[in-house]
Amino acid sequence: MSDYIIQFNNVSKFFGKVIALKNVTMKLKKGEIMCLLGDNGAGKSTLIKTLAGVHKPDEGEIIIEGEKIVFDGPKDALDMGIATVYQDLALVSLMSVTRNFFMGREPLKGIPFFKTFDIEKANKIAAERMGQIGIDIRDPSQAVGTMSGGERQCLAISRAIYFGAKVLVLDEPTSALGVHQASVVLKYIVKAASQGLAVILITHNVHHAYPVGNSFTVLNRGKSLGTYNKKDISREKLLSMMAGGEELDKLEVELKEINRLAY
Amino acid sequence: MSTKSKSIDSKNNLNQDDRLKNVSSLRVLLNRPELGALGGAILVFIFFGIVAGDTGMFSAFGMLNFFDVSANLGIIAIAAAMLMIGGEFDLSIGSMIGFAGICIAIPAIYWGWPLWMSIIFAFSMAVIVGYFNGLLVVKTGLPSFIVTLAMLFILRGATLALTRLITGRTQVPGLRVLIENDPIAWLFATDTFKWVFVWLGSMNLIDLRTDGTPLATGVPPSVVWFVFLAILSTWVLTKTRYGNWIFASGGDKNGATNVGVPVGRVKIGLFISTAVASTIFATIQVLDAGSADTMRGSLKELEAIAAAVVGGCLLTGGYGSAIGAAFGAIIFGTVSMGIFYTDVDTDWFKVFLGAMMLIAVIFNNYIRKKVTESK
Repeated sequence: MSDYIIQFNNVSKFFGKVIALKNVTMKLKKGEIMCLLGDNGAGKSTLIKTLAGVHKPDEGEIIIEGEKIVFDGPKDALDMGIATVYQDLALVSLMSVTRNFFMGREPLKGIPFFKTFDIEKANKIAAERMGQIGIDIRDPSQAVGTMSGGERQCLAISRAIYFGAKVLVLDEPTSALGVHQASVVLKYIVKAASQGLAVILITHNVHHAYPVGNSFTVLNRGKSLGTYNKKDISREKLLSMMAGGEELDKLEVELKEINRLAY
Repeated sequence: MSTKSKSIDSKNNLNQDDRLKNVSSLRVLLNRPELGALGGAILVFIFFGIVAGDTGMFSAFGMLNFFDVSANLGIIAIAAAMLMIGGEFDLSIGSMIGFAGICIAIPAIYWGWPLWMSIIFAFSMAVIVGYFNGLLVVKTGLPSFIVTLAMLFILRGATLALTRLITGRTQVPGLRVLIENDPIAWLFATDTFKWVFVWLGSMNLIDLRTDGTPLATGVPPSVVWFVFLAILSTWVLTKTRYGNWIFASGGDKNGATNVGVPVGRVKIGLFISTAVASTIFATIQVLDAGSADTMRGSLKELEAIAAAVVGGCLLTGGYGSAIGAAFGAIIFGTVSMGIFYTDVDTDWFKVFLGAMMLIAVIFNNYIRKKVTESK
């Protein structure tokens, strides 16, 4: 058995002539948080979908717990314990917390052919699970639409963990949140990792990633610029790598020029 | 939310957020989708109780009359509501009613099939039409509004063309004699609880004919089907896994798919159930009238959708209830019959129907905002 719960070895993905991912290599241990950083169009979405089993890599291999794996679809990835929480969170705002929590995987009771959704049990579990992350569900039958963005994110993560996630893939979990909400979510992510989950945190926000991440992989135009441990890289260095440092330097020069002309 | 309030005073404020107002139980009740329709139904009964209380409207005979009309509409309204909760429309309900009618009548009258076989044939056709509707919507991703609008024309046209081709006319009479001794037809053509009415008649509590039999002979089959379907649908929606999938499919198709809900299958199943409900409606009416008419069921799809909307269904899907649609149907049925007992010209019924629907939509929209708004 390998130390690493999930490994990507030189994974590439092409769409026709477009190189969406090229030779991406990364690996992750249990209890670790790896932040996947990249600007728009860096290939983050393709990588997520490869992790989630939506895309099959054209080159390279994915190794899970020491075994080479080819996902045949999202369900395969899920069965292997790789749970992806997309940006839309897969929550239905008009439905209750409980109904969302167990959506698609409802606990049943009763006799065959007349099995009913065991709503009492579901309510209890949902309230318990949300309580564990410090979100008091006053009424598990309240609509998810009444919850704040951070609470929704936590609900989606908590659901993934409850249903047996070993590797948690989080797509921009803090992008739509305010500072306070984001910190609640980040705290929860750290807590989840400390309980033995491997977390892949996809974000373009270095300020959110840096405090929680153990390692950082930077993607740029489909290529990995390498994986760094936290002690080996500074926040500023990450930021400049991510945006393509020259871009920002150029911008600064241009802005100076605009300001000079304006006055 | 309460992550914040934890520190304040968690003992006295158990379950109490610092930013949360007390929610009255009235507010909780207001959040139920069927509340508007229930209130509307009560108002309608009070109104006719005052305006037409001394006419025959609320005699046993009068009540069965308007419950029969309500129930017929209710059968399709409940199915339409389920489909709307699942996020889709079926505009082919009315045409399916006409089509199912001739699917029963032509084999039974012209091809010499036993009636039960024709009825089974009609239901099989319904499953095929519903499946086809659903498959088209799911596979093409086109709005169901368009797909089933096309089906509205295709089915109505085919009904008319085939009937004229086979029979040379647009009506097929002569079914009534076939009902007796048929192993299935009684399900759609028998008045039940006759003994209750005989007993009530013997106690002189309800009006009798001159020969001593009660004027109201029994509960019509439509009412029995209506009650059965209302209970079944409510059970499915609130108590089963499939019900949760219906809400999920209508609420957020992508989200539901991502967590493993078989959205396509759910939607196809719902389209089949609207077609089957239309066929139940058609069978009851055809056996009651003893004839099938190619124009039967015209515009019924819109009445069904109107009843579902009054019953609290959102046009965007994901929210509503079967019981609400049932109350919506009762409102329409009661008004459409009750108006005969008043001095109001019956021409005004459609005005009422439209106004009612408009009020319902505005009300529902408000409720949805209340339910989904962030605190």
